[in-house]
Amino acid sequence: MAAFLARRLVQSALILLGVSFVTFVLLYALPADPVRQIAGRSATAETVENIRRELGLDRPFIVQYARYLGGLLQGDLGRSYLQKTEVAELIAARLPATLLLMLGAIIAELAIGLTMGIIAALRRGTATDTSLMVASFVGVSAPQFVVGLLLLYVFAVQLQWFPIGGYGTLAHLVLPALTLGILGAGWYSRMMRSSMIDVLRQDYIRTARAKGLARRRIVLRHALPNAILPIIAMIGIDIGIFMGGIVVVESVFGWPGIGQLAWQAIQRVDIPIIMGVTLVSAFAIVLGNLLADLVTPFIDPRIRIR
Amino acid sequence: MTNASLSEGAARRSVIARLIRRPTAVFGFSLIVIAVAAAILAPVISPYAPDAQHFDGLTIEGAPLPPGGAYPLGTDLLGRDLLTRIIHGARTSLVIGLAANGLALLIGTLVGVTAGYFRGWTGAVLMRFTDLMMAFPALLLAICLAAIFQPSLWIVALVIALVNWVQTSRILYTETTSLTEREFIAAERAIGAGHGRILFRHILPHLLPTIIVWGTLGISTTVLLEATLSYLGIGVQPPMPSWGNIIFENQTYFQAAPWLVFFPGAAIVLLALSFNLVGDALRDELDPTQRGRD
Amino acid sequence: MTRLLASSAVALALSLPAAAQDYVPDPNAKPGGNIVITYKDDVATLDPAIGYDWQNWSMIKSLFDGLMDYVPGTTELRPGLAESYEISEDGLTYTFRLRPGVRFHNGREMTAEDVKYSFERVTTPATQSPGAGFFASIKGYDAITDGSATALEGVTVVDPSTISIELSRPDATFLHVMALNFASVVPREAVEAAGDDFGKAPVGTGAFRLADWTLGQRLVFEKNPDYWREGVPYLDTITFEVGQEPIVALLRLQNGEVDVPGDGIPPAKFVEVMADPAQAARVVEGGQLHTGYITLNVTIPPLDNPEVRKAINMAINKERITQIINGRAVAASQPLPPSMPGYTEGFEGFAYDPDAARDLLADAGLADGFETELYVMNTDPNPRIAQAIQQDLAAVGIRASIQSLAQANVIEAGGAGTAPMIWSGGMAWIADFPDPSNFYGPILGCAGAGEGGWNWSKYCNEALDAAATEADSFTDPSAPDRLAKWSEVYMKVMEDAPWVPVFNEQRYTMKSARMGGADALYVDPVSIPVNYDYVYVTE
Repeated sequence: MAAFLARRLVQSALILLGVSFVTFVLLYALPADPVRQIAGRSATAETVENIRRELGLDRPFIVQYARYLGGLLQGDLGRSYLQKTEVAELIAARLPATLLLMLGAIIAELAIGLTMGIIAALRRGTATDTSLMVASFVGVSAPQFVVGLLLLYVFAVQLQWFPIGGYGTLAHLVLPALTLGILGAGWYSRMMRSSMIDVLRQDYIRTARAKGLARRRIVLRHALPNAILPIIAMIGIDIGIFMGGIVVVESVFGWPGIGQLAWQAIQRVDIPIIMGVTLVSAFAIVLGNLLADLVTPFIDPRIRIR
Repeated sequence: MTNASLSEGAARRSVIARLIRRPTAVFGFSLIVIAVAAAILAPVISPYAPDAQHFDGLTIEGAPLPPGGAYPLGTDLLGRDLLTRIIHGARTSLVIGLAANGLALLIGTLVGVTAGYFRGWTGAVLMRFTDLMMAFPALLLAICLAAIFQPSLWIVALVIALVNWVQTSRILYTETTSLTEREFIAAERAIGAGHGRILFRHILPHLLPTIIVWGTLGISTTVLLEATLSYLGIGVQPPMPSWGNIIFENQTYFQAAPWLVFFPGAAIVLLALSFNLVGDALRDELDPTQRGRD
Repeated sequence: MTRLLASSAVALALSLPAAAQDYVPDPNAKPGGNIVITYKDDVATLDPAIGYDWQNWSMIKSLFDGLMDYVPGTTELRPGLAESYEISEDGLTYTFRLRPGVRFHNGREMTAEDVKYSFERVTTPATQSPGAGFFASIKGYDAITDGSATALEGVTVVDPSTISIELSRPDATFLHVMALNFASVVPREAVEAAGDDFGKAPVGTGAFRLADWTLGQRLVFEKNPDYWREGVPYLDTITFEVGQEPIVALLRLQNGEVDVPGDGIPPAKFVEVMADPAQAARVVEGGQLHTGYITLNVTIPPLDNPEVRKAINMAINKERITQIINGRAVAASQPLPPSMPGYTEGFEGFAYDPDAARDLLADAGLADGFETELYVMNTDPNPRIAQAIQQDLAAVGIRASIQSLAQANVIEAGGAGTAPMIWSGGMAWIADFPDPSNFYGPILGCAGAGEGGWNWSKYCNEALDAAATEADSFTDPSAPDRLAKWSEVYMKVMEDAPWVPVFNEQRYTMKSARMGGADALYVDPVSIPVNYDYVYVTE
């Protein structure tokens, strides 16, 4: 186990290194010049060149990357070109909002997905089952901006149950979390359904049933805990999907997280911020996958660490 | 015709026969046929030219017209007919859906099968690269790529393919490694069959069901990614209509004119849903590990 | 020439008592209260040497002061931290007498040393100020820019309350430059203590000081009780909430939670608001020192032919484009916006006439039109406007394909001179200061036409450059002769038609019912969206 963990940690570190390199190459290849963004419209040619020199952007690519990596190893993500603030500080200020949104999304997708999955499994083969499974596919087929705008229109504009955007209270969280979670809810309902069907077939459930235990009790006390375990492993993997979704969801709802930070930085070629957000996201994804791998063996003894 | 291909043909027919009995698959397939027909016949069935900005298509204050009258689904913020834009948008979605997904499938198959078949250094390097790609937030990567290559229809397809091949490659890698351990492959190797023969005669045919299933499901992912890029304003170039960019261009008005978001939004959801339903049915019918589960 | 000399002579030794033209504070104003302002985009920095955004420009104005200032709600200069100033006869030496007893937010008294330090800080390359170039007329600027000096030779501290600035050439805009945010006076010890984070911990002499900043969410300004101007500001605190969509901001304003939406009234709500008399009464309309234009690259055939550029000018239906943005602009005839001194009244420009445009193209041997590209920034409504332009061009046979790209990519293509046509929306020129020269040098003059410059039409007319230099050699920026000269320059520009001036955006600000103060304060041409120092609440 310790050896496995050590190997996976080294692997993860190498992946992050790779991500940093690929992103750096991509941003270096951008046709737009970040210095002109910093220098602004009234800058003279010499002001532009001065800024380029100050930032070390006149140096060869490999020197720039080495410098970035050197900083990174000391935990320094650099300073924003346009805001002049530490990237780490900018991300730290916005990370809580993003984490809150993700937590909300996980709760939403589990609540909706598991409920739908359980009902479908118990009503297997009926029209309820079919409509729930089609609904789960609608969930995975709907782009987040459409879901977000639709929820906004119905629940914020028409019914006025929730605020139309912004951040601060629990009411603000509901619609964005639903939007982000609806995709996962679609997948989880399908997983839950088949996992539940498997469990209901197991001998001990049949025994319990034969003993005359109430159906409700069987489902809640025996079937559910066993069916839910494989799903927990999936939550780690969800983080990767969320990382893409937050750019859209945060922009639709004006949620002050790192997705908005990244989007504004991309539009103005604020390279240190783009690098920082990409690395933080990649870190979260790698961590999520690692956790999923670690949780799996406890779930099902048949799955072994290879 | 040999016996073998006869029975294969029969198997294929029975797959189709079983699919027809699944209402969800039939529903999905019909919607796909409608979308393809709309895309091909767009110039014939559209009421107007896709780029025509009608002077009577806006109110005097510059607001769009609601559905009804000369414009069945209303007009957009430039006074263009929304129905026409949506019909022509089907072309963009399908062309990108098929092209990007085809390319992604090709890359994914190439990387996955090569890595799974040869293993060793080649396999290790390819799979570590796949792991690396999996650690990227897909949308951020697509946005960066779209900024580097200035977007056009084919560039958008390329960007999506570059982001979307990873899943396919992972799945095919796993399947290929388990295939190469099977006895009949070992037997082929023992009699000195070349790599090409083994790959094309034995491995790929066995992978075909997986490729078909993931190819179909992948179109849905591709359609959604195209819509998202266009929604962010970095998809196909205007005035080419795409369901995503219709929403991008009109969303400032979505409270006053929700139809400008709902109709193209519904089009995206229905098309992606269709490919998902058909792909899911195919998986149930073609994938031996899934068969008989429920 | 003789007229120029004569008017220079008149302008010499302009010592300003200035009170006569200054703003009369509202007698009904009551001190106290808090207002809420919203913005969609985050506030990047409050460092006056760095900040150059829509949102932070007016915030910085309330935190800091420069030697010069503007009469609230107008484009007229008035002394700021300077009590008075003198300009030498040759227009090369400006001597400012500082106001006594002005204190920074940290309690220390401001002196001439601080002024000198601030100018050197903004011009030194290490600061990376986007505004460094504005100070180019100060003697010693070149040396500090290329790193051969650490001090500005032309800036001399005469005594703690007097500073003299020597220029290397006469510069009519110099007093405007002294009123720019970039020329704000900052205390050295606070800058050095905060380092690169000064933009997050600003210390100035302004009417407000920063009380709280939650990154990405909100900023709170509180009243500076020791502010050197008598009686202002009125408000106790101002809360800026960022990350708020304009549509959300407006709904919250209708609910009474927001006082001024910083990004204005969103297009989709405009018609609704204006249709309701109660709401329309709280809308303030004003001009803006802004022009939206299409640049025509004069180095790329067939746009190198002035007749073709005139044809394009006639092909564009400006009225329809203003309709597309809900009529929140007026059609433009020339580069300068109407509220800018030097604007040529009565000039019609090129009228919309597609038939005449086709004829001009045919005469140029382009009866079948031609293919070209139109670059545009990819945020709404710009791609829409570009499509309207595209349709107008198609009507006269010009087939323009649209390149809708991120702002940075459009600026790159414009600077490199590879873009035949660019719609300026989203990046369009909004004046740094209310002076006609600001619309020429960087965007129409030879200086901006080089690689990377903001003169995207790459139009360079040496004769006009000379005329511009001449106009800027006056010492009084508002001398009628000088403005006449500028008017002439822009008329000559229109003869060569390197631009299609399309519209001048009108500002429509909305305020909550409790906001008080003259309407002019809400459409202040310099402090956008509101002149925070002079508005008040009535409840």
